[in-house]
Amino acid sequence: MHPFIVIENLQYVYPLESGEQIVALRDVNLSIERGEFVALIGPNGSGKSTLARHLNALLIPTGGTVWVDGLRTSDPHNVWAVRRKVGMVFQNPDNQLVATTVEEDVAFGPENMGVPAEEIRQRVDEALAIVGLEAYRQYPPQMLSGGQKQLVAIAGALATRPSCLVLDEPTSMLDPVGRRQVLNTIQRLNAEEGITILLITHSMSEAASAQRVLIMNAGTIVMDKPPAEVFAHGAKLQALGLSLPPIVDIAHRLRAEGLPLPPTVLTLQDLVKALCTSA
Amino acid sequence: MKAIPIGMYVPGDSILHRLDPRVKMGVTLVLMTIPFAIHSPWSYLTLSAFIATLVLLAGVPPRTLWRTLRTVFGIAFLMFFLYLFTTPGEPLLAVGPIALTWQGVLAAGGQIYRLCLLVITASLLTFTTSPMQLTHGLEAMLSPLERVRLPVRELAMVLTIALRFVPTLQEEIDKLAKAQRARGADFTGGPLRRARNLVPIFVPIFVSAFRRADELATAMDARGFRSTPHRTRMRRLHLGYRDLLAMLIVLGLVLTLIGLG
Repeated sequence: MHPFIVIENLQYVYPLESGEQIVALRDVNLSIERGEFVALIGPNGSGKSTLARHLNALLIPTGGTVWVDGLRTSDPHNVWAVRRKVGMVFQNPDNQLVATTVEEDVAFGPENMGVPAEEIRQRVDEALAIVGLEAYRQYPPQMLSGGQKQLVAIAGALATRPSCLVLDEPTSMLDPVGRRQVLNTIQRLNAEEGITILLITHSMSEAASAQRVLIMNAGTIVMDKPPAEVFAHGAKLQALGLSLPPIVDIAHRLRAEGLPLPPTVLTLQDLVKALCTSA
Repeated sequence: MKAIPIGMYVPGDSILHRLDPRVKMGVTLVLMTIPFAIHSPWSYLTLSAFIATLVLLAGVPPRTLWRTLRTVFGIAFLMFFLYLFTTPGEPLLAVGPIALTWQGVLAAGGQIYRLCLLVITASLLTFTTSPMQLTHGLEAMLSPLERVRLPVRELAMVLTIALRFVPTLQEEIDKLAKAQRARGADFTGGPLRRARNLVPIFVPIFVSAFRRADELATAMDARGFRSTPHRTRMRRLHLGYRDLLAMLIVLGLVLTLIGLG
């Protein structure tokens, strides 16, 4: 079977009104398997969001090809099928909710797809149960916290039953509690529901929870490795303006001081375990 | 949280709250035409008793009702004096060319009473129906007009999004006003001065509203929104026995009032 997402020689050029052109993406080659959890990280303006918007046909390549589950996104007939397969969650929780109550918002996607009323109800119930917001179904969005609003956005995407979720910096406007809520939900969706995840983030700690980390710079993917291997390239990351997650940084320094720690230390729990066994 | 200015919805679970919005809108229209068609005191008494019963059923706090009535005091005052002095009849009191007539007193009183009935009837609808339900009702009632290519669903969508963003923008205005005040802006003083000082609030609000609109449009695209007749709705309105009963009762009222004249 072919990988879920295949990107070949993707190039995207933004035309400017002045007639100039900005190359946002060049020579991007990537494939993502079903059920993978991939983090995408990179400095501002490196093309992360532009890449994400190619995955559900919000943007159409100006060069190269994007395949989603065997469908070419540049074929206009495929647009709606592609959007059904890939759900998106954006950065600002306030600017992606369309309805005045939680349940009506979650119903928006299936309503657009023409799903019958009874089935929409069922899907809304399911999606709200997955993100744990059943109790808030009648709430107006402005009465929820930022993290809860982002969970509503995730539920809204889930209600269309996508195989893949693309999340464009979903936690960058949230407080620490909201971040944890959203990140836990994303991890659970991947582990329990088998949903393919592409998480765009600024935080190396969040990237550490993925199976695979992509690093973008100047419109192309410069590194594509499991987190532990990515973090081994501390100097290269720093050159891109990215810093290691605090825990990985501490582990590096301990290693430099001569403490034998395994390279798989990525989280606080890992570090505690490694220290207790090595002592 | 601040109260939403539109509609003045009073959340509740009364019989009136639970009626189908279409029925409520229709009945409100009927009840609002009645005061212009009846004349006898008995009719007025019956209608007043009916509306008073509805107010009690809706469980609207008297203070809220009073505040609503107070908004039309200006017009009521004007109307009162207009009718008082312009209705011809036997003068009760005359000062120069201005005469106060008995007929004038009656007419003025009658008009004020009618106005109050209208205001109470109309606000009963907005008190017991959330803006969202009103939108649903309007969409359902106007849907036959889709045949003449009126984009009813799209209009309902626009209304829904407006309702959704009223509190969000309100919050943002509050935040901006506070930020400007912290930097020494003064929102007091004469109307001209106040208007000028509001400019630094409204410019960023407009800019951010356009940015929000742009992002929202992208999010709606991503969620598969397109204007086609294939869209379905999760919430469908259907008439229950309660709604039928309500319509029968109002029909009964109308027939009684026709009888009373």
